[in-house]
Amino acid sequence: MAERVFHKSILRNEDPQILAGKAQYLDDIELPGMLYAAFKRSDYAHARLKSIDVSEAKALPGVIGVYTAEDFGDLVKPGPLQVPPPTAIKGATYSSRTLMPIAKDKVRYSGEPVAVVIAESRYIAEDACDYIYPDFEPLDAVIDLEKALQPGATLVHEDLPSNEAAHVVQERGNYAEAAAKADVVIKKKIYVDRVAAAALENRGIVINWDEKAQMMTIWCGTQSPITLRNATASRMGLFENQVRVITPFTGGGFGPKINTSMPDDVLLTELAVRLNRPIKWYEDRRENFLATTSERDQVHYAEIALTKDGKILGFKDVFYHNSGAYDPYMMTVPLNTQTHTVSNYNIPNFYTEITMVFTNEMVVTPVRGAGRPQGVFVMERMIDAAARELKMDVAEIRRVNLIQPDAYPVSTGIIGQDFVEGVLDSGDYPTALAKVMSMIDYKKFREEIQPKARAEGKHLGIGICTFTEGTGVGPYEGAKITVGGNGKVSVATGVATQGQAHYTSFAQIAAEQLGVEVKDVKVITGDTGAFAWGAGTFASRGATVAGTAIHLAAVKVKDKALKLASKILETPESELELVGGYVQVADIPGKKISLGELASMANPMRGTFPPGAEPGLEAVAYYGPPYGATGAGCMAMILDVDAETMKPKIERLVIVHDCGIPINPMVVEGQVHGGIQMGIGNAFFEKVFYDETGQLLTASFMDYLFPQATDMPPKIEMGHIETPSPLNPLGIKGVGEAGAIPTPAAFTQALEDALYDTGVEIMESNLSPSKVYSYVMKAKGA
Amino acid sequence: MTQLVKINVTVNGVPYEREVEPRLLLSDFIRHDLKLTGTHVGCEHGLCGACTILFDGQSVRSCIMFAVMADGHKIETVESLGTPEHLHPLQEAFMEKHALQCGFCTPGFLMTLVDYLGDNKNPTDEEIREAIDGNYCRCTGYENIVEAVKLAAKKMAAHS
Amino acid sequence: MKPAPFEYYAPKTTEEALQNLTDLGYSGKVLAGGQSLIPAMNFRMARPSALVDLNNVAELAYIKPTADGGIAIGTMTRDSVVEQDPFVKQRMSIVAETIGYIAHPQIRARGTFGGAIAHADPAAQLPALSLALNARLLVKRKGAERWVTAEEFIVGPFMTVLEPEDMLAEVVLPPLAPRTAGSYKQVSRQRGGYAQAATISIVGLDDRNRVKNVRCVIFSVGETPILSKYAAKVLIGNEPTEAAIADVAAYVAKNECDPGSDLHGTTEYRRQLVEVLVRRALTEAVLRAKK
Repeated sequence: MAERVFHKSILRNEDPQILAGKAQYLDDIELPGMLYAAFKRSDYAHARLKSIDVSEAKALPGVIGVYTAEDFGDLVKPGPLQVPPPTAIKGATYSSRTLMPIAKDKVRYSGEPVAVVIAESRYIAEDACDYIYPDFEPLDAVIDLEKALQPGATLVHEDLPSNEAAHVVQERGNYAEAAAKADVVIKKKIYVDRVAAAALENRGIVINWDEKAQMMTIWCGTQSPITLRNATASRMGLFENQVRVITPFTGGGFGPKINTSMPDDVLLTELAVRLNRPIKWYEDRRENFLATTSERDQVHYAEIALTKDGKILGFKDVFYHNSGAYDPYMMTVPLNTQTHTVSNYNIPNFYTEITMVFTNEMVVTPVRGAGRPQGVFVMERMIDAAARELKMDVAEIRRVNLIQPDAYPVSTGIIGQDFVEGVLDSGDYPTALAKVMSMIDYKKFREEIQPKARAEGKHLGIGICTFTEGTGVGPYEGAKITVGGNGKVSVATGVATQGQAHYTSFAQIAAEQLGVEVKDVKVITGDTGAFAWGAGTFASRGATVAGTAIHLAAVKVKDKALKLASKILETPESELELVGGYVQVADIPGKKISLGELASMANPMRGTFPPGAEPGLEAVAYYGPPYGATGAGCMAMILDVDAETMKPKIERLVIVHDCGIPINPMVVEGQVHGGIQMGIGNAFFEKVFYDETGQLLTASFMDYLFPQATDMPPKIEMGHIETPSPLNPLGIKGVGEAGAIPTPAAFTQALEDALYDTGVEIMESNLSPSKVYSYVMKAKGA
Repeated sequence: MTQLVKINVTVNGVPYEREVEPRLLLSDFIRHDLKLTGTHVGCEHGLCGACTILFDGQSVRSCIMFAVMADGHKIETVESLGTPEHLHPLQEAFMEKHALQCGFCTPGFLMTLVDYLGDNKNPTDEEIREAIDGNYCRCTGYENIVEAVKLAAKKMAAHS
Repeated sequence: MKPAPFEYYAPKTTEEALQNLTDLGYSGKVLAGGQSLIPAMNFRMARPSALVDLNNVAELAYIKPTADGGIAIGTMTRDSVVEQDPFVKQRMSIVAETIGYIAHPQIRARGTFGGAIAHADPAAQLPALSLALNARLLVKRKGAERWVTAEEFIVGPFMTVLEPEDMLAEVVLPPLAPRTAGSYKQVSRQRGGYAQAATISIVGLDDRNRVKNVRCVIFSVGETPILSKYAAKVLIGNEPTEAAIADVAAYVAKNECDPGSDLHGTTEYRRQLVEVLVRRALTEAVLRAKK
């Protein structure tokens, strides 16, 4: 029997190259004759662009060209929608106003490009930006979500009657009736603010147009290489096979790198052809804050209706979601909020209403979590408010409302980002809660540790929250697997990799079927020259959807190998096995043939080829789930707060997580760790801050606080539950966003609990010690 | 007329003589003039630490130094540590403890740590966190990096 | 984020540097460690037309004892060198304690003692330290030199008495009297980050544990580091009781600082921090002085 390599912590294939500094990232690519781009960006959030003078900039030595909207003709029009509108939801209304590649008459966010410079170096290109003089007529900026909808508000898009970008209502059961029957109804206003993905590598693109070959090669750390290829080809009047998109090693994605038809890829592909020179643009950190998409700002008006013993009868959530200046990504984020608000609790009556709003801020698209943290924050904060009102224990009120393990599949009645009604495929939420409580010693904390600390004047608080993570959504992914003449295996899939260990976990899936070493499987992700079907890396779906396609392709290749070997070894297939790079007869040592030999035999160079046969040990397979696989978990956190300075210290953090069967548990843990770093940032450090004129005040790491090693808990204590997903043969679910989802809710609950003697209640995330101080002073009536 | 300044720098033991514009950042000089692209650029204002190198043996940020300031000095970059086939014990420890994911910040961590572990043979968890506080990582939550540093300290003690 | 072009001078001696600065006048700027200047240049918020790089002037980097028991530090001495110097640690441990709060080791390896003082960032540690230790600063220009106190040296946010042709050449930290100790306290959002409020408090006691001397400096809460007059007025000659210290802390927070509201903290919050930090620092300094 072959050694199992699936469901095993295997060290990563990609690491030696990365560690030695030999991995090629985008900005490492240099081509002969290369030119460099920089964008002149608007300082205003909302202004009419009356004219723009580029003559001085053009005259600088080393400047090849300076281009404004008028130089781009028909290219200057709204780009394609990245995500379709939610027509599957009855009554949904929406206005699509997609990104302009360059501002023509008006700018709608601070940082919107008004000119692009191409020069012999990035230094010179930036010099030239200083000599471009736009003439702006400033307009009032639309910033506050609720004021934006008032009659007479300034309009972001003047052709629309209001700043409403979309409106969606979904309801299961009847909330109003439930509230009428409830013992208690609690209403709160809850804020979640905006954060940046802040991948360590910024965005960027390198374009080479080979005029003689009539072939365009694009290197880009995109999460969606096939979309980029298709959009580029279609915009430029090329065949898809004239455009090849290659994703080099990519320094983190976390959402924003999914976007295509952005100013950079639209304008620079055009200029690369026009100038017939390769062009590179590597975004700098300031631009990344200004002009790469970000996420999360929402204002919620939530209501929870309960019986006096804490059973939730109904939940209502009316919320405003900031779309930013345009809405190319439509409603993925707020729909995720809707689906994740009540997903793990038995709540028979749920009313949820989104109003998506245009503002003069950067466009909002998913950032690790993608609407889920907001939904979980709202629900968990409301449960805490209920526990307070009912004088119930925060863990107990959760326990009595959780969906039970025998209930699956559970239809949620709410249509999600994948436009199908949500179904929870599997899970075991009560066990996760129980396991977290035992790991953090909840009882001992409440009965001994906390009372003792309080008696000593210390402020120790605990937070405990549950969550789900909808993952692995459709539509589909595919994979091609080829056994080479050397017996090694090549796997190509359309999803792109930004650090998730696909080069290893995908190799494990293929190696498991083909009986080869994991290091003998070469995985190619995100190269349209190798595989050009699929949607991309988002929604924690790469491992589940592409991983399953790889499994199915590997099974096909295995069948092919067995069939061929059966003839050659004159042994029935049922007596053959794939081990160590050979197909062998199970009980007869030495009676075997290598996969490499089989691969060569499957590709005859002379003679005849039977009708219907396909050459090589190669197969392609596709997989599309009927709906997403739902991961879940529970987090608890103990905070020690300095009640004078409001500085919290995370003493302990425990998470129990369920992503079905983990392909590589080591990698799964790493994914959760990273999500928690982001969650801690979102809870307490990170905040993208726009002032009332739409100026971004956090355009550097001096002002945008990125969590450091000492901001993290001393140890992330992790437990696992494995409830296999019935949706795919491997039983896997996604995990990429898990850590980011419950953290702000758990943190805020622990903070309130620590500051118990002030009576403070905090219905807001993205906190700071100063903000907590203000809440406490208000609670004290000061 | 652009001023050009002649500089002599030893990088990873190799002497280089180059003419550079005074404003050229040391990070850009290493990456684009010398083609040593293992050193990464993440913020260009001295906060993220991805560009960390050794300058006369001390870890510094190469994005907030000019190349001209390196004249007459010795620099080590990540390429000075190990090769993919023969990793440095610190690199091995990073691999064994899954202390990297996207790997973009990793060279900066390695250069900070190779300096730090030279002076601190057996650091505690807390000391390790303080030592890496000036290096940002978005993928790992730092958890496995701390574990890797402890393992590296052991490995390096065994090697010496 | 690439800096704008500039002319570059790399003098090897102080004389040469002073000549460069004289020749350049208003268009010249000193490049010391560059850990504040170069980021500002990368954002193009600073765009000097010429830089006089002192990094090759070896004679400006030293730590020397002074005859009266103080310490003289050359302007180009790296923060990390001062921080790790055993002699400095033994004579004035508050210096190393303070430097430990400057950013991260990679920055301290390049940042310079004099450069930080001359930069006069109101949030920076070393201008405040020079004030707390009543430092004397040697200012040189071609053919002339003068001594100024730390108090006189800083005149506003990022503003000092230095004229374009001047260079801060040396910082002298006068000796601390026996039974004198200091304490550094700050609150910053993150370790190594800018202080939202901070204090360096130095307390000297007589043999009956009454306060003989106190210099309580608060910073990052106004346009310059601030030396509390009230602390000296009420504490000197008296026992530093818990009540007396609390009174000083409350007074300083209310009357002697002027923190603004910014992204990370309101004025009210930062005043609260000043009160807490001054109380904690004075208490600790007294304890240390008694040892």
